[in-house]
Amino acid sequence: MTAKRIVSVLAHRLAILAYVAFALFPLYWLLKVSVTPNKLLYSEGIKMWPSRTSFEHFEFVLKHSEFPTFFKNSLIVSGSTAVIVTMLASLAGYALSRFNLRGKFWIVALMLLTQMFPLVMLVAPIFKMLSPLGLTNSLTGLVIVYTAFNVPFATFLMQSFFDGIPKDLEEAAMIDGATQFVAFRQIILPLTLPGIAATLGFVFTAAWSELLFSLMLISGNDAATFPVGLLSFVSKFSVDFGQMMAAGVMALVPACLFFLLIQRYLVQGLTAGAVKG
Amino acid sequence: MASIDIAAIHKSYGIHPVLHGIDLAIKDGEFVVLVGPSGCGKSTLLRMIAGLEAVTDGEIRIDGKRVNDLAPKDRDIAMVFQSYALYPHMSVAKNMSYSLRLRKTAKETIASVVARAANKLGLDPLMERRPKALSGGQRQRVAMGRAIVREPKAFLFDEPLSNLDARLREQMRAEIKKLHKDLGATSIYVTHDQIEAMTLADRIVAMHGGIIQQVGSPLDLYDNPANLFVAGFIGSPGMNFFEGRYMLVDGKPVFAPTGGVELALEAPANLSDGSRATLGIRPEHVVLGAEGPETQMAAIDLVEPTGFGIILHLTLGPVSLNAFTLDRRFLNATGTVAVRLPANHLHFFDESGRKV
Repeated sequence: MTAKRIVSVLAHRLAILAYVAFALFPLYWLLKVSVTPNKLLYSEGIKMWPSRTSFEHFEFVLKHSEFPTFFKNSLIVSGSTAVIVTMLASLAGYALSRFNLRGKFWIVALMLLTQMFPLVMLVAPIFKMLSPLGLTNSLTGLVIVYTAFNVPFATFLMQSFFDGIPKDLEEAAMIDGATQFVAFRQIILPLTLPGIAATLGFVFTAAWSELLFSLMLISGNDAATFPVGLLSFVSKFSVDFGQMMAAGVMALVPACLFFLLIQRYLVQGLTAGAVKG
Repeated sequence: MASIDIAAIHKSYGIHPVLHGIDLAIKDGEFVVLVGPSGCGKSTLLRMIAGLEAVTDGEIRIDGKRVNDLAPKDRDIAMVFQSYALYPHMSVAKNMSYSLRLRKTAKETIASVVARAANKLGLDPLMERRPKALSGGQRQRVAMGRAIVREPKAFLFDEPLSNLDARLREQMRAEIKKLHKDLGATSIYVTHDQIEAMTLADRIVAMHGGIIQQVGSPLDLYDNPANLFVAGFIGSPGMNFFEGRYMLVDGKPVFAPTGGVELALEAPANLSDGSRATLGIRPEHVVLGAEGPETQMAAIDLVEPTGFGIILHLTLGPVSLNAFTLDRRFLNATGTVAVRLPANHLHFFDESGRKV
């Protein structure tokens, strides 16, 4: 390797490192504040790591705040949204990818249209719709709203995965004796696992971090999701940073676990060897 | 095993017609090859028989039963795809047994049938592998295995060898032929390769522009092409054509290529004096180094040795002409050579391209 090449590789790595550090610093700060005892939080000034760490904030959040409820609510809302959206998007994406529907152009255009408005614009009308149905202040209402907003993008995402799977495969299955649905379920779906994992992950994190609608549609603490719950650490006269950050760290756990679980499918190229050489 | 009858089949995509009235009766156990250039509609026809494309008009019968509106799974046919279309998430054994599992066949039966097919195709040591761990030829064999385990009414092949290299293609061609001999199954094979068509077929169906040009045995098509298209498509190197006029000069038949010197013919053709026509002769029928009144002198432009023989590119006046010979004396030939076009090997086509 020439010196010039070494330098260019080194510069490349350093640039990546700088970006990663920039992206991860807020998370690091979250962690740092969450383990800093209250006494040191304001007295030590800005230090990269406190002289003494404690888990007192975590303990308080788990035992004395309503954080476990928020956490549970978020898990229910995000999990259900992710599953429902992925199911709908798989079916819709497959249809868009494989069938020649009448009005396909208009369906796609309408779906794109829904993605063009800033969500703030839609808060009032959605509240107006959900309120008489008794769906405000309820997790079901949130799931419905999140699903509606995530389905179009997820459908396009799934469609692109289906487009990447050769049509020959399901035709072969149909000649082998499968109906189109059986071919979809037994041949195509297993091959789209990476796509399904990506869609699940995308929708789950989108729902997990959504604040606007959950703030507008949910009033009491019983149905509040975690992003709304974080606001309860902000009181009239002070912000309890330590507890807030501890809650934030714990909120990261499911998202991390989720991606750990599905990352195998995200990287795996399952279609290798399907057709040709 | 079954016969397949195709009657007045039309296919259009929107306003674009692809097939214009195809009639074809395939006998039980027959090996029929649909051959033609890409875009001639041969694959579309095959896919219609398989049930993968809707029939616009006409009727397809398998074993006497109308199948126009039957789903592919209810037609009891097997198909080998150009891309092989192996299920990538299943092992070779699972790939081959998929159709039987869908039919809820007994496990023991599946095991024995698959084992027999694997044995026949030499796939025994590969049964637990995934398709991605196989070579092209092995994948091709698995695709065949998947088709034969079911003992279907008919086999459909959609250019199954076009992804293989030349050597492997020859080998697989022979295996397909042997397999057909063993199984005696009705087979329809689509290819654009006329050598595959010639070697495999009981009957060749030459297609062009969505119309059947000629149906017949391989040698039928070779010796008696019905029209210019078939004459040009079958055979390699391809037939020589001269456009021009057929005339009788002093009662003797002569063919005058457009802008070229008159060729004296050894025998009269079934054409009227002065009519426009095309004369065709296969390169291997051009006699080189001949003597006599009907010989012409042709200039040698290019010599292509193929190993088996030699292809000479000649010019006869302004028209070019290929000749094929096994005689190695022509390997280093230069200048001119005497050629003769024997009457019994000449093909005449009238203005519409039909053979006369």
